[in-house]
This record gives sequence, C-alpha cells and structure tokens, in this order.
Amino acid sequence: MKATFRKPTEDPIWLKALLGALAVGFIAILLLLPLVLVFKEALAHGLSAFWAAMVEPDSLAAVRLSLTAAAIAVPLNTLFGISAAWSIAKFDFPGKTFLVTLIDLPFSVSPVVSGLIYVLVFGAQGWFGPRLADYNIHILFALPGIVLATIFVTFPFVARELIPLMMDQGRDEEEAAATLGASGFSTFLRVTLPNIKWGLLYGVLLCNARALGEFGAVSVVSGHIRGVTNTMPLHVELLYNNYDYVGAFAVAALLAMLGLVTLALKSLLEWRYADELAAMHRH
Amino acid sequence: MSLTVDSVSKKFGRFPALNGASFVAPQGGFVSLLGPSGSGKTTLLRILGGLEFADSGSVRFADLNWLDMPARTRNAGFVFQQYALFKHMTVADNIAFGLRVRPRRTRPSKAAITDRVKQLLDLVQLPGLEARYPSQLSGGQRQRVAVARALAIEPRMLLLDEPFGALDAKVRKELRSDLRRIHDHTGVTTVFVTHDQEEAFAVADLVAVMKDGRIEQYGAPADVRRNPKTAFVSEFLTA
Repeated sequence: MKATFRKPTEDPIWLKALLGALAVGFIAILLLLPLVLVFKEALAHGLSAFWAAMVEPDSLAAVRLSLTAAAIAVPLNTLFGISAAWSIAKFDFPGKTFLVTLIDLPFSVSPVVSGLIYVLVFGAQGWFGPRLADYNIHILFALPGIVLATIFVTFPFVARELIPLMMDQGRDEEEAAATLGASGFSTFLRVTLPNIKWGLLYGVLLCNARALGEFGAVSVVSGHIRGVTNTMPLHVELLYNNYDYVGAFAVAALLAMLGLVTLALKSLLEWRYADELAAMHRH
Repeated sequence: MSLTVDSVSKKFGRFPALNGASFVAPQGGFVSLLGPSGSGKTTLLRILGGLEFADSGSVRFADLNWLDMPARTRNAGFVFQQYALFKHMTVADNIAFGLRVRPRRTRPSKAAITDRVKQLLDLVQLPGLEARYPSQLSGGQRQRVAVARALAIEPRMLLLDEPFGALDAKVRKELRSDLRRIHDHTGVTTVFVTHDQEEAFAVADLVAVMKDGRIEQYGAPADVRRNPKTAFVSEFLTA
C-alpha cells in the first residue's frame, strides 16, 4: 500500500477547493459584479453620453467640492491622528482609556446623527448659528459644514491604524534616541515616523477614500444645493432620483475610479518598497 | 570625580521599586547591579540613564547634579536588553545616529562620522557590516552594534540593561569578555545590570547585590563572594 504524505498543516484537496471557490465566488458576486455593473450602466448609452454627463457643470462642481473637502479634511485628520496615536501609545496619563473611546465615537455613532449635531450647534436655531450669522460666517449649507462633517466621520481612520502599531513597537527606540541626545522632534522625525509610515499611508488612504465617499453626515449639513454644496455621492443620489441613470452611474463610476486609483497607488508603493517592508517585518 | 548614588527611591503606583539605594563608584569603574527580578536593578539603571525619574534621593557624577539633567543632555550611552536598534536604518546609520542629531556646531563632518563608524565597528569586531540592516544580523551581532551606537557619542557613562539576556551561553561569554576589553580600552564608567551572578562577578570591578529595592551588599567580587553579609546574599550566591 502506498502511503501519501502531506504536511500536518496542509488540508485535503477538496477542502482547499471548496474554501477557494467560496472566497472567489463571494468576492465576485458581492464586490466585483457591482463594480462592473456601475461601469456598464455608465456606458449604457455610449462613451459620448458618459463623457457629456461627466463634464456637465454641476457634476464638475460636485467633483471639485468633494476633492476640496477631502484635501482639507485628510491632512487635518492625519495630523490629529498622529498626535492622538503618539500620545496614547507613548505616554501614560489619566483619562487615556476615555480618549481611546472618544476616538471611536465617529465609528459607533450613525453619520446622520453626527451631521445633526452640527445642525444643532451651527444651525439658524443652534448654539452658535445666530452669532456667526451676525458676522456673516456660514457653516451650514456651505463648505465649512461639509468639511467639519467629513472630518468628524473620518477622524478614527488614521488614529485607529496607528495606535496598535505604535503600542506594538513600544518605546525602546524612542528611549534609545533620547539617550543618544536626540530632541523630541528629531526623534519623531527620524525614528517614530519611519517606523509607522506604512500604517500611516494605509490610514491616510482609507481616510481619503471615506472622505470622498461620505454620504450621511454630509447629506445633513450640505443643503443639497445643486452645483454649489452637492458633493459627488450626493450628486449621484440627486441624478438617480431624477431618473438620469447615465449621469448617476457616470459620477458613480468616477467615484469608484478614485477608489481604485487609491488602491492601485497603495499596491504600487508596496511593490516598490517590498525589500524595505520585508526588512521591517523580520525582527 | 566619582559616581555617588545616594538613597534613591522610586515607587510605581503603590509598588516600591527602589527603597533608598546607595553606592559610590570611582570614575572609570565597572559596576554590576546583581539581583533577582523585581529587586529594582533595572529601575536604578533607568534612573541613571534619565529614562525614569526618582521620587527622592540624589545622584552626583563628575560634579554634576545628575538627576536634574534630561536624558538627552546626560550623554549616557544606554544598551537595552532587546537591542532597540533602529530597524529602518543600516548598521552605519544606527551607529552614526547620536552624532547626526547633534546641533550643527558640534556635529562632526560626514567624513569624520564615516571614520568613527568604521573605528567603532572594528572595536566591536564587526568590520565591514556598515550596509546591513538589523534584521540581517544575529542577536549577538545586534547587541555589538548597540554597544557601538552607545559608544559613538563618547559617553560619560555606559549603562547596560541585561544586554546579553536574550543570547545563548557561548555568545554571552564572548560578548562579556569583549565588553570588559572595550571598557578597559575606553575607560568609560560602566554600570551593568544582570541577574546572572557568574556574569556579574566575571566582568565587574564592583558588584552591588540588590534585593527589594535596596543594595544588600556592595564590594569587590572576591570580597562579596568570600564574606556574604546577609543570609540573602549567601543564598543568592550559592543558588
């Protein structure tokens, strides 16, 4: 009788095939198919209709607004996220657990609720609304409100990515840098930042993707003024509700494309710096 | 011109880690802090390095009020048990770190730094490994690089926290005698933490046996071994 040997950690072939098929099928039906359909619908009436929908002034305004909001929100949240993660991972202070919980708040509260909070604070009947209106400062139904809502909703991404990473790395390297005469800032720049740059990049990309795609919170504070305060996701909904399917799917395709570019960028960087990544992971 | 540690105490929450530890070592001396885990030896070393702060007591070194100075101005080279090398830097960049972060007027030239790195790698017997990353080195090699990095700043004091704890017996012995050789070559005042009495006695001029945050006995290795003053010391040494 011929004995068949296999590694103790290796599973039988039928199990591998089943699990593989399940994974591929799941991804194909739930992730890939919708993405393909978005592009298919966008191109349903040909490339010229697609292009016309894209360069339509209100669509362009929506693209511009979304990119502007993300361009303000993402750098700020990167800064906030790094500071929060740095203080939580490297220092002990009273109220630390509370701060960690607070950082998770935007993930646990529905975006619509967080949008409403801004209405309560800055709205015409809100706390600061009338006073700000006296100075002709408009937060709601304008760019500042959209930026604030985006910042609130996307705040946890960078911090959440960095906290476990920085906790895991401990304080040894920072302590070594201090004994070697490095200042706090120099230590951050030369030691901490290079150690977290991959986690940071990932957090920033996720934050950016969500900032461009945020619907709920922005929907509450935006006021849906076509061509003025409509971001890309809001514009997609508006076009869809007006039965302009080509327009809706064209903008949706552009939004999806921005997400795909983000992913491609990340893969490219990972491929380019594969050696360095491997060196960091082998301890 | 000596190192005077005077009744240094430190509590972590309610747990007293140090309970009035005192000893005096001459400039250029080699002291081992020896004791079981929880005896406060690492805490005392970290206080000397400026990585932990004493609740009370004082340390004078070379006429300086040592505890009033922040870690980065003490110029005390620190070697960690887990190496704490900068993972993303080459061996040469690791060793040069302490020189490169100096303000411009005291920073050596690029050529001088390269020379210094080379000298130090020769001193720790790793010539030619400048371009390697820490992940490409063995444990013993990593600790040699860490020692070279700590020596690069021409430290006033060299502090080592169980530096050979993670290494196997043969490498430990090699590194131990190399450390002694480096100490005799540089003449830097050295404080060395270990729980291994053989290591402590083999390498140091003076041994401080610690228990419960206090120094039970302090003296030359031969004296401590011949006349253990307390039951704890004699028990610890025969164990």
